[in-house]
Amino acid sequence: MPFIPHTAADVGAMLQAVGAGSIDALFDEIPAALQVEGLPGIGPGLPEAAITRLMSERAAADGHPLCFIGAGAYDHHIPAAVWEIAGRGEFYSAYTPYQAEASQGTLQLIYEYQSMMTELTGLGVANASLYDGATAFAEACLMAVRANRKSRSRRVLTTRALAPAYRRVARNLLEGQGIELVELPLADGRTDIAALAASAGADFAALAIQQPGFLGTLEAVDELTDWAHAHDMLVIGVCNPVWLALLEPPGRWGAAGADIACGEGQPLGIPLSSGGPYFGYLGCRDALARQMPGRIVGRTVDLDGRSGFTLTLQAREQHIRRSKATSNICTNQGLMVTAATIHMSLLGAEGLRRVAAQCHANTRSLVQALCALPGVSLAFAPYCHEAVLRFERPLAPLLDALSAAGILGGHDLAADYPELGHALLVCATEMRTAADIETYASTLGRLLAAA
Amino acid sequence: MIPEPVIFESSHAGRRAFPQAPASLADIGDLPASALRSEPARLPEVSELQVVRHFTRLSQLNFSIDTHFYPLGSCTMKYNPRAANRLAMLPGFLGRHPLAPDEHGQGFLACLYELQEMLKAVTGMSEVSLTPMAGAQGEFAGVAMIRAYHRARGDHARRVLIVPDAAHGTNPATATMCGYEVREIPTDAEGDVDLAALKAALGPDTAGIMLTNPSTLGVFERRIVELSAMVHEAGGLLYYDGANLNAVLGRVLPAAMGFDVMHINLHKTFSTPHGGGGPGAGVVAANERLARFLPVPIVGRRDDRYTWLGEAERPDSIGRLSAFMGNAGILLRAHVYMRMLGAEGMRRVSSFATLNANYLMARLQAAGFELAFPARRASHEFIISLRRLAQDTGVTAMDFAKALLDRGFHAPTTYFPLLVPECLLIEPTETESLEELDRFVAAMAAIRELALHDAAEIKAAPRSTPVRRLDEVKAARDLDLRWYGRPRPPAAP
Amino acid sequence: MSAVPAGLKYTRDHEWLREEADGTLTLGITDHAQRQLGELVFVELPEVGSVLAAGQGCVVVESVKAASDVFVPVAGSVVAVNEALEQDPGRINTSPYGDGWLLRLQPASAAQDLLDAAAYQQLLDTTA
Repeated sequence: MPFIPHTAADVGAMLQAVGAGSIDALFDEIPAALQVEGLPGIGPGLPEAAITRLMSERAAADGHPLCFIGAGAYDHHIPAAVWEIAGRGEFYSAYTPYQAEASQGTLQLIYEYQSMMTELTGLGVANASLYDGATAFAEACLMAVRANRKSRSRRVLTTRALAPAYRRVARNLLEGQGIELVELPLADGRTDIAALAASAGADFAALAIQQPGFLGTLEAVDELTDWAHAHDMLVIGVCNPVWLALLEPPGRWGAAGADIACGEGQPLGIPLSSGGPYFGYLGCRDALARQMPGRIVGRTVDLDGRSGFTLTLQAREQHIRRSKATSNICTNQGLMVTAATIHMSLLGAEGLRRVAAQCHANTRSLVQALCALPGVSLAFAPYCHEAVLRFERPLAPLLDALSAAGILGGHDLAADYPELGHALLVCATEMRTAADIETYASTLGRLLAAA
Repeated sequence: MIPEPVIFESSHAGRRAFPQAPASLADIGDLPASALRSEPARLPEVSELQVVRHFTRLSQLNFSIDTHFYPLGSCTMKYNPRAANRLAMLPGFLGRHPLAPDEHGQGFLACLYELQEMLKAVTGMSEVSLTPMAGAQGEFAGVAMIRAYHRARGDHARRVLIVPDAAHGTNPATATMCGYEVREIPTDAEGDVDLAALKAALGPDTAGIMLTNPSTLGVFERRIVELSAMVHEAGGLLYYDGANLNAVLGRVLPAAMGFDVMHINLHKTFSTPHGGGGPGAGVVAANERLARFLPVPIVGRRDDRYTWLGEAERPDSIGRLSAFMGNAGILLRAHVYMRMLGAEGMRRVSSFATLNANYLMARLQAAGFELAFPARRASHEFIISLRRLAQDTGVTAMDFAKALLDRGFHAPTTYFPLLVPECLLIEPTETESLEELDRFVAAMAAIRELALHDAAEIKAAPRSTPVRRLDEVKAARDLDLRWYGRPRPPAAP
Repeated sequence: MSAVPAGLKYTRDHEWLREEADGTLTLGITDHAQRQLGELVFVELPEVGSVLAAGQGCVVVESVKAASDVFVPVAGSVVAVNEALEQDPGRINTSPYGDGWLLRLQPASAAQDLLDAAAYQQLLDTTA
């Protein structure tokens, strides 16, 4: 029997100890009318060899296209050691570290993770992670509404330079609590500073900005932060964590720094894997620590005075506060954080900085190569890590043709940014070589010429 | 045990794992200098061997299913098959970008489509969405769907969700996140919902009820059919918290019990890893009444071609709950597990989980432990109360848990559910052998014996773990949440 | 055995109130309440000047294992809070009726339905 160790003799002895005639008799409290005999629609079990063959065929069928899509998930090198270690059974098959004495490995690792994230964000506190970047953003908005004592507003000001998926998810998650997102318009791919004046009189709990912006542009983070603070808003910074090794972190934006930082942790050693599991990071200034949702690990001492680690600030959480908890979340993305912590340790700040710089340089080479083609132009400059290219005709047929040639040409912005015309968001990470970029450019050149 | 230093303590300026990053810093002269960091982040600077050794050592400080019996009630800590992990991590699956077109994902989407179909079969529901990333998010989805349903009918008076007092804390927390008021109803002495109290709580303001069955008390709600009829009659809907589906897998379909919408914790029933606290997956399933509100995306099939269905195809959906599509890799693991079990294997899961729980319950009762519900069958888990032992000796459920650690067992769930004083909620799962269960009974009996003669010794446990009991009051009062490597700055005002 | 000083008023939610000479009310939690919660690690106080309705939650007290709302039994505005608790919440454990006071309130109306020490003691005896 798959994964069940019982022999017939075991079953007999156990039923005797229970005083039951059969296993079925153990279900005698369940009304008979509710019990079913079989599961139509589910086939017989497969042995490991057969499922291995099936899955291998399916994985191979999905191929290895040349990927120039970023848009929130990035194809980076993941050192072999990351998943060799993260996959150890002691990490993989452990539960939430509620029994601290039996979970010091997971707890110390989370403490180290929190420490690394505070270094990257420039803020004093980080939690043990949330589901993904989009849900971390939604939790950051909730936290800002709770924490802002100067404003009673349930509105958060954000901008169209923030990832559309994050705005959508936050709306879906926050709507039930009557929290509303309001969007600032863009000018030249960045949040329009001139449009701020129109919002100056309104009451908002926070301003949320993404750096680099979703369209690959750099936001005027210092100016935006100071403006928001002057109008009694908290500031939420949404950032790619690899880029936090290169760009000024939220904790140092403007005169006082952002109050909350969050974002998608995937670039820190997590495979693309069709969208998950990833992890969302969340950090804040020290003074807001008790408003943070999710798990937090603290260092303390044991009975003998030895240093040790434990979950702390648990009174905020759902298992104690129930309907008054800061969030219903009762997990983090533990295994992903394990991988990310190993990844950050292997790369170090200098390694992450080089990865970011190389992505930027590769994207620049890609932009130069594609803009040399007729009918392709750069939409916004300066750009950073990703760039928007303008085309003179609809992108969908071109992208289909590129895909058929084994190239994922970028993310079509038509659905989310119709005002940009035929616009494509492209990204070449450090994994793309000069030859890859040349393959893309020459294939696109042929397609444009043929059409 | 030698303590492992915090990795920052091993840092040496200039040391790096050189092959892991580009060999030099590329030219970034076109980025405005004002946007760049004024000083570098201080991450540890260590070699690859130091990293491998440090994290391997940290792993060895953990208890895990792979190393210890882990009878943690309500968490279903069963064996996580290695095949599921290896096959979900095939390069073709790992390398796929979430925004890649469906043509470059037919293999992946086929797995997800099959998973949706298998989950429909085990729940009796009409449609499934795989996107929620944890049980709590599945709950959120289900409650948001209940809200969307009432709203679509123009029924705005329904603002109360009923939750039994035995419920997991996420239930009321989720209700609040969805803008509902929570009304708690009591449980009777036999562990069933108090139907008179339910009747009194029902009314035109009832949006629905959130229920776990078998409940967190480890017993099956016997009058579930009557209960669901009462709620439906009042115009409410029934939410099934699938936390305990392992107990009835392949035997009882939640849809047949009268539930309208539910979530399933794949990291419990379908054996995806707990990973030290996630990632999980909390897929949500609904009957015909609520299916159109399911979160997107959902995998559809047209002429043997698989495709994502989004907002455009499902306009009544409560929308997206994640940046992309949820915890894809976890879904693949559950798919492998379910395909390996097949229909027969799934029924065996509930059979042997229940056999193990009832066996353990009988043996512990015989060893002198007090059962919370002695007249009831155990589901896949059961509760013992140490109330009397605590009165007699001062040894509490927490002390007992710590003493178990010293004997090589992870502790059962303690102090949950809140209704039973000094409780241990014990869930052995189907993957444990008779010998392991017997060893556990022997350890429990030995601890009890010791408690009666030398309570102080139990109070001093654990002694064999990497640290002894930790000062949690100090941890919460004097927050130390990060490594500073220099004198800590003064506490924020 | 929990202390229940005479001369104070009590609520069924285990809060105490003291009428000051200037007409304000000082509010705290009882010895029984602090024993039930265990060692307190954090207190969230309202801002001075806040206007509270009767029955409104105004303070959150947290121990390692529990968090509890403190409700004002009477409407009024907050004229002072015990700021020392932010650094040293343990004062509530060591001196619930003294250094561990929570806030002072300017009541907007007379308090209803309060217990005297004897009645509160009886409440504790019957629920124990």
